[in-house]
Amino acid sequence: MSNVSKLILQRLILGVLTLFAVSALIFVGIELQPGDLAQQILGQSATPETLAAWRAELGLDLPAHLRYLDWLSGVAQGDLGNSLASRRPVADLLMSRLSNTMFLAAYAAIIAVPVAVALGLLAAMWRNSPFDRGVNVGALSAISMPEFFVAYVLILVFSIRLGWFPTLARIDEATSLGDAVYRCFLPALTLMLVVVAHMMRMTRAAIINVLASPYIEMARLKGVPRWRVILRHALPNAAAPIINVVALNLAYLIVGVVVVEAVFSYPGMGQLLVDAVSSRDLPVVQAVGLFFAATYVTLNVLADILSIMSNPRLRRG
Amino acid sequence: MTSTNWATSRRGFMAGAAAGGLVLGMGMPAMAQDHTPKKGGTLRVGYTQGESSDSMDPATYSNDFMFAISYAVFSTLVEIGPDGTAQPSLAESWEPDADAASWTFRLRDDATFSDGMKLRAVDVISSIRHHMGDASKSGVKSLLSQIADIRADGDSTVVFDLTSGSADFPLILNDYHLTIRKDMDGRIDADSMIGTGGYVIENFEPGVRADLRRRDDYWKEGRAHFDRVVLLKVGDPAARMNALVTGEVDLIDRPDLKTLPLMARNPNLRVHTQNGTLHYTMPMNTKAAPFDDANVRMAVKYAIDRQAIVDKILLGYGTVGNDHPIASSMPFYNPDLEQHAYDPDKAKHFLSKAGLDGLDITLQTSDAAFNGAVDASVLFAEAARAANINITVDRQPDDGYWSNVWLKSPFCCSYWGGRPTPDLMFSAGYAAGADWNDTHWENPRFNELLVAARSELDQGLRTEMYAEMQGLCQQDNGSLIPAFGQYVSAMSTKIRMPERISEMWDLDSVRFIERWWMA
Repeated sequence: MSNVSKLILQRLILGVLTLFAVSALIFVGIELQPGDLAQQILGQSATPETLAAWRAELGLDLPAHLRYLDWLSGVAQGDLGNSLASRRPVADLLMSRLSNTMFLAAYAAIIAVPVAVALGLLAAMWRNSPFDRGVNVGALSAISMPEFFVAYVLILVFSIRLGWFPTLARIDEATSLGDAVYRCFLPALTLMLVVVAHMMRMTRAAIINVLASPYIEMARLKGVPRWRVILRHALPNAAAPIINVVALNLAYLIVGVVVVEAVFSYPGMGQLLVDAVSSRDLPVVQAVGLFFAATYVTLNVLADILSIMSNPRLRRG
Repeated sequence: MTSTNWATSRRGFMAGAAAGGLVLGMGMPAMAQDHTPKKGGTLRVGYTQGESSDSMDPATYSNDFMFAISYAVFSTLVEIGPDGTAQPSLAESWEPDADAASWTFRLRDDATFSDGMKLRAVDVISSIRHHMGDASKSGVKSLLSQIADIRADGDSTVVFDLTSGSADFPLILNDYHLTIRKDMDGRIDADSMIGTGGYVIENFEPGVRADLRRRDDYWKEGRAHFDRVVLLKVGDPAARMNALVTGEVDLIDRPDLKTLPLMARNPNLRVHTQNGTLHYTMPMNTKAAPFDDANVRMAVKYAIDRQAIVDKILLGYGTVGNDHPIASSMPFYNPDLEQHAYDPDKAKHFLSKAGLDGLDITLQTSDAAFNGAVDASVLFAEAARAANINITVDRQPDDGYWSNVWLKSPFCCSYWGGRPTPDLMFSAGYAAGADWNDTHWENPRFNELLVAARSELDQGLRTEMYAEMQGLCQQDNGSLIPAFGQYVSAMSTKIRMPERISEMWDLDSVRFIERWWMA
């Protein structure tokens, strides 16, 4: 197992360095944007005196590098700071949004991953059959349409015409799980349609690749049934690329759903980030940005570890 | 109160009817009969604005979501009535001294906060002072700079001493920033949710939702009819319209005008329009060449096709502007001014008076100024060509438009939400030296009249003065004002409102939560 623990350690160190670099990039990016928080909030009604009062209160009049170091030392001590605009602790702001985002991502993943892998396996099994073609055309069509369009079509059919599901995916702490599952069905379905194609095609390609190997031919020759060849012999060897693409899509479900959030008015992290960027609320932007970066780093490490675990030669190495 | 110029289209007719004070119920003539308020029901609102950066601090209110909460949960000293005048709210009466420089407000004896405490003069003083002083970051700081001192006279009388006379002073106190909070040792707790309004906040998630519940012990008679109010931020226009169509909300603001006629076919919904004070402007810097010549400014004003902007950009939900900022629904509106219309020959005439054959100018624009500003600018450029005026449309980023372009550019697009009275409007954007005088205009006669009219308590004289000032704006000021926009909202036919409502801002001047009810 030394291979794995060495990798984890290496990745953790790299991950921390990545997060540090990301925070610096975010800071520079926000600094390059025209206007600061005071101007964004006051908008047209800004006067020089009110701007000065805002900046003095929030410390926006300090040089940029001092503000960054100040923020960094807070984070190093586990304090994400307060939102500049609403003065509420960033950690509080994040918590409810974070659980909403994770709920929607998990919901979509629970539907999408099994569906994608199953469709991929079946498509590989019946390669070039009408089923394979149909699944491919369907999945590629879904991914080719912008997600807001998919969402509007689903709303038109299921909410406005049929009246089965609500158009607003409103949930809060008081919403029961069953209710949340019902209200978030359309956004989850939208996300599923958007991510299935990638995972399905990768599964199909990986399996077909392995199916060309001599040992599969051997298995076929000795009379193993086709479904067993695929599940027992091909799938374990195709697992690594599939795990990687699943991880990539899981990351997307967490960080890339701001458009779907907007269409269904879902209070997730994406909306929080958009609000925070438009008001230049740096501590909030940083916290959300770091969370998104950490999601990518973690899921990538996880995918690497699982790929190694799924390969006996690497596992023992 | 008649608008001088509207097309004979159906929308135009209705706009006129609204200006006359009628409440519109498109396709629902029957609803006009029922104006007796009824208690009960839950109002669910889908609002365009609202940010996760919103806070309860009244100095920071910057969007409709917070304005609505402000008026529902807290109260102001006075409130604007349907006729545009100040009506009693926390203050039961007020009177100026002889030159309108000192105002005495008597507070109601029965007004209480939601925690049962009685309203005191000191609460009023601390609440207003929150927006004043060097450390204040309030949007109304400059508006309140006319207040020299506020003092209590007993426990239920407050006296405002002004630096100079102001006949409209009570109306300033209708502003949503100036809601009254509880005093805590000389200052207010800006984050507190305890107010004197008809509703209390049960749950507030900035930029997401707010749940309000009616106070059983509300002191104002005949107000606060809904049992509960849910405000939801639904930023996406399609999501907002869908939510209304499927009955998930009862009222939305800013519907998508392009698809509005489709939605209006639904018999359970109706479209509501108000002729407010909102207007779109294209300020020219009167200190910068070539706009420092009044003839050039007149030429530009005659080179724009206003009706085309109303028809094509506002899709009919508006009226043409006449290059002064006073709306037809406002007090002291001057209906006798000749309407500026598209006239390339007149534009050329003014150009030749300025000694020019043609004009090359750049118009900086962005949809941050108003929705459709870029298209309006292109339309303007096309129309102006016939008058030998060549306009280069320079599109600027939406982000930072107000800090980088507005007030700095010699010619750009902008808007004004409007003010309740001519004095407030002129003082904010037209007076010499005003922070937001975006045309850098300094007309001696105008500024003289502005000061004289401010402290004039004779309404006849004031009407004359304001009429002349509107003429001066039209003829000399640098603001090209192509159109006034209507406030448009859409709602379930179950929502009812009084026969006359205040049109200054959208939705009964944002006081709909307290004033409207459910059938």
